[in-house]
Amino acid sequence: MPKKFVLIATVFLFCMGVVIAPALADSYKVGAVFAVTGRASFLGDPEKKTVVMLAEQINKAGGINGKKLELIVYDTEGDATKANLAVKKLITQDKVCVVLGPSLSGNSLAVVPLAAQYKTPLISAAASYKIVTDEAGNQRKWVFKVPQSDTMAVEAIYTRLKKLGLTKIAIMSATTGFGKSGHGQLVALAPKYGITILADESYGPKDTDMTAQLTKIKGIGPQAIVNWTVGPTQVVVLRNWKDLGMTNIPFYQSHGFGSKKNIELAAGAAEGVLAPLGACNTPEALPANHPQKQVTMDYMKAYTAKYNEPVASFGGHGWDALMLAVNALKAVGCDRAAIRDHIENTKGFVGQHGIFNFSPNDHNGLVWQDAFNMIVVKDGDWALAK
Amino acid sequence: MEEFTFTSQLFQYLITGLTVGSIYAMVAIGFNIIYNVTEIINLAQGEFVMLGGLIMVFLHVAAGLPLLLAFPLTVILVTLVGMLLDRLAIRPIRQPSVLTLIIATIAASIIIKGIAMFIWGKDPFDLPAFSGRVPIHFMGAVIQPQYFWVGGFLVATVILLTFFFEKTITGKAMSACADNPDAASLVGINVKHMILLSFALSAAIGAVAGITVTPISLMEYDRGAMLAIKGFGAVVLGGLGSFPGAILGGLIMGTIESFGAGLVHSGYKDAFALIVLLAVLFLKPSGLLGSIEISKIKKF
Repeated sequence: MPKKFVLIATVFLFCMGVVIAPALADSYKVGAVFAVTGRASFLGDPEKKTVVMLAEQINKAGGINGKKLELIVYDTEGDATKANLAVKKLITQDKVCVVLGPSLSGNSLAVVPLAAQYKTPLISAAASYKIVTDEAGNQRKWVFKVPQSDTMAVEAIYTRLKKLGLTKIAIMSATTGFGKSGHGQLVALAPKYGITILADESYGPKDTDMTAQLTKIKGIGPQAIVNWTVGPTQVVVLRNWKDLGMTNIPFYQSHGFGSKKNIELAAGAAEGVLAPLGACNTPEALPANHPQKQVTMDYMKAYTAKYNEPVASFGGHGWDALMLAVNALKAVGCDRAAIRDHIENTKGFVGQHGIFNFSPNDHNGLVWQDAFNMIVVKDGDWALAK
Repeated sequence: MEEFTFTSQLFQYLITGLTVGSIYAMVAIGFNIIYNVTEIINLAQGEFVMLGGLIMVFLHVAAGLPLLLAFPLTVILVTLVGMLLDRLAIRPIRQPSVLTLIIATIAASIIIKGIAMFIWGKDPFDLPAFSGRVPIHFMGAVIQPQYFWVGGFLVATVILLTFFFEKTITGKAMSACADNPDAASLVGINVKHMILLSFALSAAIGAVAGITVTPISLMEYDRGAMLAIKGFGAVVLGGLGSFPGAILGGLIMGTIESFGAGLVHSGYKDAFALIVLLAVLFLKPSGLLGSIEISKIKKF
């Protein structure tokens, strides 16, 4: 009996598929590859949740030009090989109009050749400038990216330091990919802004205490400290900084600091700390006339209502990538070459992480002035730094 | 800004090093207890520390139990995990060799880490410090009150363990298993019970380390592996199986890291500890306080 049931069920499901498939044919297919599980799930999970939520909203509002938005999301598990296979499958079998992701820079570099090979636009959600720039320094024709580069965060911090006349600084970074990349930019850009690095300290991503590094910095006495890391170390370092009585030396964090959880975990030690953050990290702190106020507030409200968890800045990258694609689909329909051209000519796109102005010479479309606000922790909350 | 002399900097490095070292030492003691009875290096030792921290956060912060109740409850829960590890991963293995058992502990550590990730997620958690966060100023250096708790628990653990192994029958029976399990079972000691007890004890000590360190460094699901590596380094430095060696090894590791980071370069601080470790192993392969005769009769 159960065997028969299984058989009937299979046939039934198969028929359902045949019946439903034509109904879906009249839709725009958008593919996404995110690291939903695995070591980088803190990136891919909010990205996936965001695009799924947006697709629901769009379809509820009647879709794009009357056609449904069909989202196909594959999980890369943070693995470059899986990312490559997933993108190939999206392009050749699912026949999507445009691909979003992957979440990680390494994975994105692994799929970049596919975009050119199959002439399909790809909007990466990873940060490295190498994703959109080839070895010769030209922009890759079929590839775009939405997150800010480390360089922009460094520029935002250095510009402020220079303006305030704080030119003798100490830098600290974790020995992770994120920390090392930021460290490289901090060192490379310092001369351009007339900044001298007096101390250059590092620590492991799982270190329990950074007192030794800060003690050394305290002995040297710089005018400001810039710290580059994500995870628990960016909180522990603040506690050590406060304990050592170093709050008279301004402390700058990277753009990875944008979670309110960090303020909470620092237990009072984050007060006065500065960081360059994308608008979607701090929608409430933005003035009402800020161009991104509306989109970031809407996104935050919808996301927290649906998932009951705070917005992560990585979800904002998913938002930017999908909405860029949706705008292009709205304008030109599912024509891969036309979508690419449309994205490349997109100007003044108000996203979660800045106002994007793409051009043939800039497939990221951001400058730091539009991508970051200098935020200070004030009374346990974000506030715009003056 | 007050005068920050070189002396007070050195003193600050020492304090920091000893605190970090105390945690390594506690992990190292956990390694040694199990090693002494079974000759296994329990690579899930770091996971006990992580569980101690996270369960304490759950009981004390989320469930709101008072510190004095949450502390022993956490230790008991982690101890149960340690006993389950023995019953589910170690004892069922047929024809156990030391190597297969060590591999089983690696598997267990991955499983425990995975479960912790599902329960607590990937974010770090904080625990209020036991006696506030107002730092104490002493000789130009600052000392967090929590540092005293870390040091205090290390001393208390050492005293209790010494008493246990020297003065109680059970403790002596465990030492007997360590010396020679076959002879121990011949004189009527239930070796299996002793192994279970060794897992329970080292889980309990790991839990205490986790609870005391979380207010300083936060705790998240994948912290265990790093602590296990540092703790294992301390064990080897001090001599496998030696409790005074574990403490000495842990404190030396922590202090070298701290002075290395402060006086030379923080990028190489782990390298300094490893260089000292290698140097000791070249000069005295059994570790600082280990005995070459004992290590010869061990399988591992």
